[in-house]
Amino acid sequence: MSVWSGRLGAGFSGSHAAKQRAERNLLIVARPYNSLMAAVEEQAGGTSTVREHMLDNGLRVLIQEVHTAPLATVWAWYRIGSKDEGPGLTGVSHWVEHMNFRGSTNIPREKVKGIIEQYGGYWNGYTWIDQTTYTETATRNALDHMLFIESERMGSCLYDPDDCEAERTIIISELQGGENDPDTLLDQELTATAFRAHGYRHPTIGWLSDLQTMTREDLYGHYRRFYVPNNATLVIVGDIDADAAMRDVVKRFGRIPSGEVGRRTQTKEPEQLGQRRVTVSKSGTTAYLKIAHHAPAGDEAEFVPLLVLDAVLTGAKGVNLWASFRTPPPQRSARLYQKLVNTGLASGVSGSIVPTQEPFVYTISATATEGTALDRLEEAAIGEIDRVARDGITPQELTKAKTQLRARLVFENDSITNIAHQLGYFATIARWQDFHALAGRIDAATIDQVSQVASRRLGSMSRTIGWFSPAEL
Amino acid sequence: MTVINGTATRGLAPSRHVLANGLTVLSKQTTVTPAVTINASIRAGAVADPPALAGVAHFASKTIDRGTMTRSADQIAEALDSRGVSLAAAVTRQSLSLTCTCLVEDFEAVLTELADIIECPAFPATEVDSRRSEVITLIRQDEDSPAAVAVDGVMEVLYGAAHPYGRKLRGTIATAERIDTAVLSAFHHAHVTPAGVSLAIVGDIAPQRAVDAVSSAFLAWSASPRPAIEIPFPAPASHRRTRVISMMNKAQADIAYGFTAITRNDAAYYAYWLMNHIMGQYSMGGRLGDSIRERQGMAYYVYSSLDANLVPGPLMVRAGVSAANVARAVASIDAELTSLAADGPTEHELSESKQYLIGSLPRTLETNAGIAAFLQTAEFFGLGLDYDVRVPGLLQAVTRDEVHEAARRSVDPAKAAVVVAGPYDGPLS
Repeated sequence: MSVWSGRLGAGFSGSHAAKQRAERNLLIVARPYNSLMAAVEEQAGGTSTVREHMLDNGLRVLIQEVHTAPLATVWAWYRIGSKDEGPGLTGVSHWVEHMNFRGSTNIPREKVKGIIEQYGGYWNGYTWIDQTTYTETATRNALDHMLFIESERMGSCLYDPDDCEAERTIIISELQGGENDPDTLLDQELTATAFRAHGYRHPTIGWLSDLQTMTREDLYGHYRRFYVPNNATLVIVGDIDADAAMRDVVKRFGRIPSGEVGRRTQTKEPEQLGQRRVTVSKSGTTAYLKIAHHAPAGDEAEFVPLLVLDAVLTGAKGVNLWASFRTPPPQRSARLYQKLVNTGLASGVSGSIVPTQEPFVYTISATATEGTALDRLEEAAIGEIDRVARDGITPQELTKAKTQLRARLVFENDSITNIAHQLGYFATIARWQDFHALAGRIDAATIDQVSQVASRRLGSMSRTIGWFSPAEL
Repeated sequence: MTVINGTATRGLAPSRHVLANGLTVLSKQTTVTPAVTINASIRAGAVADPPALAGVAHFASKTIDRGTMTRSADQIAEALDSRGVSLAAAVTRQSLSLTCTCLVEDFEAVLTELADIIECPAFPATEVDSRRSEVITLIRQDEDSPAAVAVDGVMEVLYGAAHPYGRKLRGTIATAERIDTAVLSAFHHAHVTPAGVSLAIVGDIAPQRAVDAVSSAFLAWSASPRPAIEIPFPAPASHRRTRVISMMNKAQADIAYGFTAITRNDAAYYAYWLMNHIMGQYSMGGRLGDSIRERQGMAYYVYSSLDANLVPGPLMVRAGVSAANVARAVASIDAELTSLAADGPTEHELSESKQYLIGSLPRTLETNAGIAAFLQTAEFFGLGLDYDVRVPGLLQAVTRDEVHEAARRSVDPAKAAVVVAGPYDGPLS
């Protein structure tokens, strides 16, 4: 029940061997279960086959059997995130996510706890710029309970007025907790400066005044509009029988009516015409630097070359928002680490490039060491960025970046929760098959492509620089 | 080939082998991914810091992999980075750990790097100097974080500023400025020995291959075992202690509300575990979450944690609330703890928590990293190779009266240490 700050690193999941298996085993079949369901696609990925089904009401269902542990996971994904919110309603998607844990027609408020816990299970949800999602992972015999919870969440949450008010203060507490962190504050200001028009400009948690004034009707209206099967993807992975699981899905979701989501905001971010700068001045102990450049969307050709470029600059991360942050990147030999951390200018540096539905930003962050002036840190960072934009990368760097990214593919596929997350994530921002295609796209990336993306994307004209400059406490 | 000298037969069934030099190898083969997690736990945590020089263990965790007697920091970095491996060094009060995941094909090479790092770190002066600025920045960030300030504050109140648990794990800027190559080398010489190291190797590696590789990499290392560090038990609390640390530049206040509890090997541990789970963990934060988050809407997070260790570790409630709600949140914590100590849990609560904790074991043991961490905990506290098989029975055997007694003995608000850090300058009851 949280928002992602958008500061996670780049990378991907999968493996070269898995990619080769996927290419060999791609097949399209039709396997309707009953009149409530339509097309089916199967594609091998990771260690087993992904089946795709579409119910008549528009619900997309992805199922993958993985029999390595007696567990099952369910993720329910909705194509609604903070980018879809208008003025006055910023933060509504996240607030709605919170409300959808507070009981439904057939799960009274006091019974929410315990349904998954009795199976040793874990449940949660998160909201970010493109998506809202919910998950449960528990022993495999809890599968129908998980599907029951998600079907209730889709169709019949209560939105009790008292619960809406309780969540208002909880979310404001969440916002204030985030503001205690200067890095979060700066990230918020940087993004708002880099975007002038697109919905990515406001924080997922929303602006405080909107959180103070939104009504129960605002929340419920948002819920009813976007929580419809034709705006959702359901993912099931684990030690389950795919046929039986599909029958359970049809039973739980088949009769939920589809709905009219309506026209979404179409605003594109106009081209940036020059470098922008923002300085946050607030009391604190530590100075922070962030440099953002406009990035391609996840399904654009330039995305993977930028992923490789980030690995060269700051070390390879994953594109799994659910898992990446748990493992630091291999970055000691990365260019910006060498330039900023090994020289003592920064205590840490990171890069963040995440696949998104529409073009977002690639952000480099550095924490200044005690006594290091921000202009000196910025000069060193920009010097290295300009160098790679001018000269590109070396063949040795390309090889190392690809090796790192291949390893991350393997490491981040280590649990059913992670596998299911990636399927649903990519299905929501683009196509789930894009997840399996990543390994091939990495292998195919050339030195010229990476150098070109560095030249095209990292210029000063599309750059936004942010400082957190601490005032004396 | 070295013969493995211990293997459990049911459940997780890990293997355990002790080399002639005293180093312990724990291994478990899994076949989920072609990867292997190596987790090295070294008994050289912050309790080993010289009393007048807090932060040495933490500083060592930042520098141990920055050059050895034969390899430079850049050579080590290149060897690991080129294989996609990141070595994570972490320090707790009891141990210093080095953890990484690599592809199976790189296992022996990465293990060799790790052995060199553990056995022969050089702590080069240039690296120590550049890492010092990093450590000082981390200390300054902690000073600006209400959460870190509140937790450090309550640990000092509970254990005293001179106790290894009461000192700041990262030390102070003054101590960081005094730590140099000589200090770090002396710390390594005194506390990093084969008998104090256990290696957990989990992944698509047969146990015999794991032991053979570790033997090859570590067997030449010799150093006599050092006596265990004696850590004094904290004095029992006799009254409530409160402290407000005003940070008026912040948006939200952090509450750290704690007690000293029990040791990990106390027979009552499982009752305390269940008591803590009912109080501040089950579902959305147990009873505390029900009251403070769900019913009163005061906090985004509220929970409790129990860190039973070789000495009675902290039992701590944590919450983040607005300044206006500090007094009400503390009063609510008081009320929930008073109720639990007076009446104990219900049979239903106890049953729910048992069911959850037992049922969650497969999730805990799903990933290589999860298994490695589990094996290291079992090894550190001597819980046995079959601990995963026994733990359900240990939890099931706990009675409601035992949990009630744990609460009665441990969560008396009149003896709590309460620290609030954030934009608050009012009183605490």
